[in-house]
Amino acid sequence: MSKALLYDATMCIGCKQCEVACAEQNKLPYDDRIAAESVQSEYKYTVVMTKEDKFMRRLCMHCEHPACASACPVGAFHKTKEGPVVYDVWKCIGCRYCMVACAFAQPKYEWHSRNPRVRKCIMCPDRVAAGKQTACAEICPTGATKFGDRDDLIKEAQERIRQNPSTYLPHIYGLHEVGGTCVLILSSVKVEEYGYPASAKLGDTPMPEYTGRVMEKIPDFIPVWSLVLGGIYWISHRRQEVAAAEAEERAEEEKNGSKR
Amino acid sequence: MKLKLTFWKVVFIVIMGMGLYSTFIRYFYGLGAVSNMSDQFPWGLWIGFDCLCGVMLAAGGFCIVGAVYLFNVERLHSVMRPAVLTAFLGYILFIVGLLFDLGRPWYIWHQLIYMNPHSVMFEVGMCVMTYTTVLFFEFLPSVFERFNLKTPIKWIKKIYPALIVLGILLSTLHQSSLGSLYLIMPSKLHPFWYTPALPFLFFGSAIAVGLAMTIFESTQSAKAFGRHLELPVLVELGGALLVALWVNALLRFEDYFHRGMLGQIVKPSYEAYFLWLELMLAFVIPITLLSFKKVRLSSDGLYFASVISLLGFITNRLNVSLIGFETYAGHHYVPKWTEFSVTLMIIAMGFALFGVAVKYLPIFPEQGHPEPQRPRTELRPAVGTAVLGHAGD
Repeated sequence: MSKALLYDATMCIGCKQCEVACAEQNKLPYDDRIAAESVQSEYKYTVVMTKEDKFMRRLCMHCEHPACASACPVGAFHKTKEGPVVYDVWKCIGCRYCMVACAFAQPKYEWHSRNPRVRKCIMCPDRVAAGKQTACAEICPTGATKFGDRDDLIKEAQERIRQNPSTYLPHIYGLHEVGGTCVLILSSVKVEEYGYPASAKLGDTPMPEYTGRVMEKIPDFIPVWSLVLGGIYWISHRRQEVAAAEAEERAEEEKNGSKR
Repeated sequence: MKLKLTFWKVVFIVIMGMGLYSTFIRYFYGLGAVSNMSDQFPWGLWIGFDCLCGVMLAAGGFCIVGAVYLFNVERLHSVMRPAVLTAFLGYILFIVGLLFDLGRPWYIWHQLIYMNPHSVMFEVGMCVMTYTTVLFFEFLPSVFERFNLKTPIKWIKKIYPALIVLGILLSTLHQSSLGSLYLIMPSKLHPFWYTPALPFLFFGSAIAVGLAMTIFESTQSAKAFGRHLELPVLVELGGALLVALWVNALLRFEDYFHRGMLGQIVKPSYEAYFLWLELMLAFVIPITLLSFKKVRLSSDGLYFASVISLLGFITNRLNVSLIGFETYAGHHYVPKWTEFSVTLMIIAMGFALFGVAVKYLPIFPEQGHPEPQRPRTELRPAVGTAVLGHAGD
């Protein structure tokens, strides 16, 4: 069963402990200057954003049907059976199609490296595979980020909305967006205000389907199109050969005729 | 003449010098130092122009080869070698551009071992590799002829039918797949350019560009190398171009019509200005020009109309790859001068290599016995329609 993270923005106190734990877990630099940055980057996989007295966290959504994994020409991304979408740097050729393809703009790049890598939250795959929580969920003092089975977390989120309909918007962000994600968000304000793409814009169709519709036809297209092209070639050249042969015949006949 | 030659040599050296400086920055300080690409704009000028436009401008190769060998349009034989040469050089330079743009170009061979058949980028990569090989073989006969190697020419002639079919098949896949690349971003690319029809539009426009590019390069080489210009051939290509432009314009109209966008594209907006520019250059102006018989029958008119339409389709590719993402990214991307200098260097290399090849290889038909200039009054759109008839397959 797929694991997931439920982030409840109404419970978040903006302490940024998740940022600290994430940096530690992934051996990323972290200091006051980085803590003050409100955007994700090659060294900041997750960020807690502040708007007035409200907070919102951002991290890789770990899609059920990840666009990055479908887009990567060398298969450097894949989704593990526990849910995390992970990155194999040794395969990467640096085309950055994953960055362009991701609807949530999560993959970031080491722009100033000579041998750059794509960087993003990988949902602590080793910890998750070992049955532990992600680093951010473990450290969260209020339980705003909660780790668990996706199905259980969905039930819990629905329960929270039912019990406090005045607190929450009646929508679990990530439940159906782009075919579902392993990060689910509950909030009292629209997530778009924090830079998340709007649900209406994303739709429920998994992004890989848009390219898949074309890609799946290619194995059939190749033999058909080759046959059509080869056929045209054959017909037009056959016509030429016939014309040449006829011309020769005629010339022969004329020659014979003149002899007689 | 001598002075002019040195002037262009100086320009060439300056371009190469700046390009080499940028190359150094690129490989020692990374993509961030050499370009204005960022996490918001992961693809910049090098993808938008060098790759998308580069491949598009190389389309003349498969268009003319298709017309000559598949449809037996013998009259176009004289422009086939220049078109194949342009395509071959175009693909080589496209690969050079790719080596700049890829973050880890030294792992480019991973394509061959870690294949992901679901990825459009994988399809693009395979097409580049195989079609460049095919173009190499299609280009080889002129080298063999130059050195009078009879036996290899015989071998090439034996596999030529297969090469031609393979070349057109791979071009179809490659040109369309560059459009398919963008299908995975319905929420990011502006609706003026995001359409499920992208692969068809990319392929369709490649045919128009292939014809326009052949007119452009024939006229240009006639000027530059003092070659005899075969007007009847250009007139024929011009007619085909007119038909191809009409078909493309119709495809665009139908796409906007079915997506209910016609009301939006006429409303002024940042994106609309770029769309109007694109549509004016690619369709309105060249179609209007080519509709006049006087223009269609003059080499200057054909040249002018072709150049305008080429600029239009270049604008289209840049709109799809750059302008169409600005609203999503929330900021304008303007390439750094070092990005431009690499692109310029690649283009300069293209011109230089073309010049060298034309000088030393039998690319253009022998001079001295030009075909008698027959006045061609009737228009023959047969090439265009025949090729385009399958565009939607």
